[in-house]
Amino acid sequence: MLDLAFHVALVLLLPPLLLGVINKTKAAFAGRVGPPLLQAYWDLVRLFRKDAVLSRTTTWIFRAGPVVAISTALGAALLVPLGGHAAPVAFSGDVILFAYLLGLGRFFTATAALDTGSAFEGMGAAREVSFSALAEPALFFGLLVLVRTSGALSLSLMMAAPWNTASTVAGAALVLVVVSWFLVLLAENSRIPFDDPNTHLELTMIHEVMVLDHSGKAFGLVLWGAAIKLFVFAALVANLLPFRSDDVALGWAAFVCSMLLVAGVVGVVESVMARFRLVRVPQLVVSASLLAALGLVLLVR
Amino acid sequence: MNVALYAAAIALFALSGVPGLVARAASGAAHATATGLAAIGALTGLVSVAVTFVAPDPGVLPLGLVIASTPLAIRLDALSAIFAAPLFLIGGFGAIYGSVYWTPAERPRSVRQVRLFFGLMVASIGTVFAAVDGITLLFAWEIMAIAAFFLVTADAQAKGVLAAGRVFLYAAHVCVLALMGLFTLLASETGSYTLDTLATGVARGPMGPLFFVLTIAGFGFKAGVMPLHFWLPGAHAAAPSHVSALMSGVLIKTGVYGIVRVLTLFPDPPLWWGGTVFALGAISGVLGVAFALGQHDLKRLLAYHSIENIGIILMGLGLGLLGRAAGRPEWVVLGFAGGLLHVVNHGLFKSLLFFGAGAVVHATGTRTIDRLGGLARRMPRSAFGFLVGAIAISGLPPLNGFVSEWLIYLGLCRTIVGEDSRLVTAAGAVGVPALALIGALALACFVKAYGVVFLGEPRSAEARDAHEAPSRMTAPMFVLVLLCATIGLAPFALAAPLDDVIRILAGPRGVGPSVTTLAPLGTLGLVAAVFLGATVLLWLWLRHSTRAAPRDLPTWDCGYAAPTARMQYTASSFADWIVGFFHGALRPERHVTPLRELFVRTAHFEDHVPDVVLDKALGPVLAIGERLAVWSHALQRGHVQIYLLYILVTLVALLFTV
Repeated sequence: MLDLAFHVALVLLLPPLLLGVINKTKAAFAGRVGPPLLQAYWDLVRLFRKDAVLSRTTTWIFRAGPVVAISTALGAALLVPLGGHAAPVAFSGDVILFAYLLGLGRFFTATAALDTGSAFEGMGAAREVSFSALAEPALFFGLLVLVRTSGALSLSLMMAAPWNTASTVAGAALVLVVVSWFLVLLAENSRIPFDDPNTHLELTMIHEVMVLDHSGKAFGLVLWGAAIKLFVFAALVANLLPFRSDDVALGWAAFVCSMLLVAGVVGVVESVMARFRLVRVPQLVVSASLLAALGLVLLVR
Repeated sequence: MNVALYAAAIALFALSGVPGLVARAASGAAHATATGLAAIGALTGLVSVAVTFVAPDPGVLPLGLVIASTPLAIRLDALSAIFAAPLFLIGGFGAIYGSVYWTPAERPRSVRQVRLFFGLMVASIGTVFAAVDGITLLFAWEIMAIAAFFLVTADAQAKGVLAAGRVFLYAAHVCVLALMGLFTLLASETGSYTLDTLATGVARGPMGPLFFVLTIAGFGFKAGVMPLHFWLPGAHAAAPSHVSALMSGVLIKTGVYGIVRVLTLFPDPPLWWGGTVFALGAISGVLGVAFALGQHDLKRLLAYHSIENIGIILMGLGLGLLGRAAGRPEWVVLGFAGGLLHVVNHGLFKSLLFFGAGAVVHATGTRTIDRLGGLARRMPRSAFGFLVGAIAISGLPPLNGFVSEWLIYLGLCRTIVGEDSRLVTAAGAVGVPALALIGALALACFVKAYGVVFLGEPRSAEARDAHEAPSRMTAPMFVLVLLCATIGLAPFALAAPLDDVIRILAGPRGVGPSVTTLAPLGTLGLVAAVFLGATVLLWLWLRHSTRAAPRDLPTWDCGYAAPTARMQYTASSFADWIVGFFHGALRPERHVTPLRELFVRTAHFEDHVPDVVLDKALGPVLAIGERLAVWSHALQRGHVQIYLLYILVTLVALLFTV
């Protein structure tokens, strides 16, 4: 019961902090003070107090986009174990539901973008669905590695103790999956080097350009949903890091630290790299798939 | 008793168009009679299917004909019934939809033809699913092909329709040739044309590969397996929309049915059979959806998705066959359950999508995606139906497409865990990411199709003046929406019928566990229902809290003051990137006038993805064949006497040689 409360609380409250950590890291690298650590929370509070504006072109899909985006991210977050603690919802095959829930969120975000009739948002939607299509095999190759090492089909069991039974070969495969999934995290959450969340040039953007027309509470849901999605992917990576404890309190602390570490690394990557040209993005996504596939080949050869 | 009901349903469909033949073309009474007979036939057929699952009846209904010492007959087992369920559903709905889509007033020349052959096509497909022997099956198969030809060419005056019909007819006859060979071979092995289980060892004997190749060539042609799919996109696009729904939803499944029925007659199939079916499925899946992304014609796009979904179905069936060969009941259960549930699901959501596309054609007169746009505001009910179909076909929860793909995923993941032969592990290791890629590309394609056709601003006057379809077209869509949602939210309801079917397919190695013990369908349904409820509540909250939002403002186009509808993303631009990624297989063609001057006066861009097999490979080869065939004109004089002479000469020659 306590674990459940912790899980839900973390899923709802931690995501904006990850954004704060990323931005603080970037600021530290640039020698700036940067926005406050809790800025994303204040942004959300401010947006939820605001009214919205709707384009006359839009239909009900436009407002369904942010809603489905956050509900699918939340649904996926309830299927992911957090640092060895089983997820509140766990059953054999939940791993597929997890991936497809995120797909449903993508479907509605992209359709809501097309609902505005804006050329820019169409551009973002086309890029989002194209690049994600290439990232999907990377996610699944990694999941297959875990299916193979654990013999289970539920995320909670697959990630219960990835390092405990690992042979050297399985360890190497896990390292490859961590790298591959980190790339997937960057691609799916539109971070550098795939996309620059801070840019103000719509022509080059992916995710941000899809949500240009949202405002007020709907935009609040968009930002919160995107943060939860970042949290979900960060949790996938954090679950594969070897920081675990059998003690309940220490276990949760280790998980939160792993998450902050992942966010910090995202910040470092954003500080030391430039955004790729769009034509080079697919090459990197495909290499994420190949890395994870290599891991699988190591295991099933 | 249920076989008799089934036969009655088939007879009702077969006769539904006959009264219209003697009536005047404009007769409303004949039109209503045809629809009524088809609707009663559909209900009767659905009852017979339901009875089969509740109270199975092994009875055989003889048709009163004996050919080649085989008494022709039909029977209704669980496998026939699960294929027949979507047939009667879509057959009934198609007739109702078609009664306002293809009316005597608008189509006086072809309305009788469409009514008659629509009923005949449903009846012949029903007979194929229930045939006890190869001869009945072949008769029904041939009627089905001819009926489909006359339906595809109903709009014969339109551009390209006759050509599509001709390609369909050629393909149908090559397919029948392979099947005749197959059933003759089977009969020489078992001694009768009845489709009975074969002796152990035949599949692994010297004739084994021939059986397999003939089955895949014959039935795979009809199923639209790549590269035998080339007849499909043109035929589906040219046919009237309710016919496209039936063709895509059910007719191509006769190929799937044949593959399952015949390949499971062999008690000990070799491993490579399953592996080949699986690989063909994966290739059809990935390339089918890649070709779909390149299309600009809404119905051609849907047609290529049929190839993709046949691919997914074959991946499931291939897994089941691998399980039969390797003695793994859990692969048999999950593979066959997933594949066959996808047969039903694809029937539901693909006919929903074709009905939606038909509503668009009905409202605007065009199938060209880039001339549409903004239809969701003008025809909200059809748009909603199409949207639900789009989510379902992308395999997304909480709808039915997800459930069947989920079962296949579960089965595939199980091949990874154990220490099996390399072929099996490779199936899982390649199949799971391939299925994921198929799903993600289908999602991209349906974001494009729904977004460009129904959302944004209209791109042409036709789209601006569109109107909602009449209720006899939207009501069937509404019921299909409900069915898609029901299977998605309560998949456990179908566990018992699926178990019944798998018992037939499991083979001599014994029946595996129930599908519910391998896949927690109950939990999945519960989670999907809770998720859907929570999402709807959140949407209602957002709608309520933004109810006062100003609605009469334009889209904020990044400060550009004069946006036009032509600046929106189109079917071309949306898919440009993925088409480019797959250009090695798709061979897209582009026609661009380069921009040379500083102040460009005219510019032109056009791209399209032709069918590689038909337009790039078969077309040139057939053209050469046609030129060579000129020489055979000397033999074809068109005089009956000469043909009689040919027969005589042949007989005499045979007398001397045999």
